[in-house]
Amino acid sequence: MILNTHAIIFMGLALLMVIAALLAVTTRNIMRATVYLLFVLFGTAGLYFILHYTFLGAVQVTVYAGGIIVLFVFAALLIGKGARDLTHTSILRYTAGFTAAATGLALTTYLIFTHQFPDVKPLTSVVPINLIGHTLMGSDKYNYVLPFEAVSVLLLACMIGALLIARKR
Amino acid sequence: MYDFSIITTAIDQFLRSLMPSGLAIFIECVLVGACVLVAYIVLAIIMIFMERKVCAAFQCRLGPMRVGFWGTLQVFSDVFKMIIKEIIDLKRTDNMLYNLAPFLVVLSSVLTFSCLPFAKGMEVLDFNVGLFFLMATSSFGVLGIMLAGWSSNNKYSMIGAMRSGAQMVSYELSIGISMLTLVVLSGTLQLSEIVSRQSDAWFIVKGHIPAFIAFVIYLIAGNAETNRGPFDLPEAESELTAGYHTEYSGMGFGFFYVAEFMNLFIVSGIASTIFLGGWMPLHILGLDGFNAAMDYIPGVVWFLGKTFFVIWLLMWIRWTFPRLRIDQVITLEWKYLVPIGIVNLLIMTLCVVMGWTL
Repeated sequence: MILNTHAIIFMGLALLMVIAALLAVTTRNIMRATVYLLFVLFGTAGLYFILHYTFLGAVQVTVYAGGIIVLFVFAALLIGKGARDLTHTSILRYTAGFTAAATGLALTTYLIFTHQFPDVKPLTSVVPINLIGHTLMGSDKYNYVLPFEAVSVLLLACMIGALLIARKR
Repeated sequence: MYDFSIITTAIDQFLRSLMPSGLAIFIECVLVGACVLVAYIVLAIIMIFMERKVCAAFQCRLGPMRVGFWGTLQVFSDVFKMIIKEIIDLKRTDNMLYNLAPFLVVLSSVLTFSCLPFAKGMEVLDFNVGLFFLMATSSFGVLGIMLAGWSSNNKYSMIGAMRSGAQMVSYELSIGISMLTLVVLSGTLQLSEIVSRQSDAWFIVKGHIPAFIAFVIYLIAGNAETNRGPFDLPEAESELTAGYHTEYSGMGFGFFYVAEFMNLFIVSGIASTIFLGGWMPLHILGLDGFNAAMDYIPGVVWFLGKTFFVIWLLMWIRWTFPRLRIDQVITLEWKYLVPIGIVNLLIMTLCVVMGWTL
């Protein structure tokens, strides 16, 4: 029965994500697309929570819902009204977009159905936060201090670049 | 000490004896959700009344006095008025986003509210990253405000929303850093664990100087985060009519109003949880008789007492200081609070590593 409730919650989340994702790409209004994307990201956070991975779920909500989407809204507000609502595009762009989407779908479906997934047991308890911290900052094997620092260098470069663009000297 | 989990476990076992566990969990979730919403509304009504009375006291007035004894029924009649007001549709606006925005704000606020530990065993959402989750859920409230401002198709709303966005995104940093300072001291992110580690002394006493600096930064940033006090320029009525909720009527406006008050409660509740011990009674090391006497006061009373004390502090600030300009608000955050906060975080880490805490 407990597995059953999990399945129901999963299907609800999956349905929400699929519908919101379809709406996000079919709507002509960039603000609505952003909000639908927000629902997709909420659904992803929900998936992490039902997998008992609470840290990743909280990161998902903070970084994507609280950070990226707010940034998207800011960016959408800064662009002009003409660019905000999508008008009809040429048939060439339609076909190009459709081809890219169809290729992506085919590739993903092929990989999912042919890949031999390792037999991973789902987590039965929540991962302790100390373990995540030590793994993220440790320098032993299977620890992540180098990627962590590389990402911080990337972020620094992004900030310097943004400042250079904004200063206009 | 009172333990609320006895009651919840009893209800849980009673429900599980009647029906399969999945259905029992579902019914419990519905029950807990209803309790959270009722507590949310009741506390909001109490706080609106308190705000009016405190504001009146600071301005040498009496506040609402006519409806009911000492004006106690004023807020209830206001709520009734708000409910029966017409909800208007605006022309040439994005109706879907316009109607969604208040719900996003309230959703963020209710989710954050249900993380607060009210008493021992009386935590709704309590898991290993509780404090981080709480920050995560409070961070998308600003999105609702920005959508409200944009979808109203009104220049005043738009300016208010942009101000609010800039201000809330900035001040979230200071809130995060001052919370991190206390996480360094406590060594855990779980809210119930944070409270139970303050059984010998509250963190503001344990962490002495850096904890006190973090407390002050938290109060300033928390006031700005809730768009109140000297930082209420997103809804500066003399220049922007009412800011981002100008175009809302009826309960659409009511949601923003309630969420704003409850965000004040949440900010104060977090302050009382991580700095002032939450539901933990006042314990002084060595005075066992005094400690035992303090334990007879229930945890809910302690939590609400501390929270309303912090709320009163924030209201005092709000009704005392004049409003800042937007550049002053941003300067205060990025040039003063963030550097002080980071240095303070380093000092706290040093104190914890060297064992200089009490």
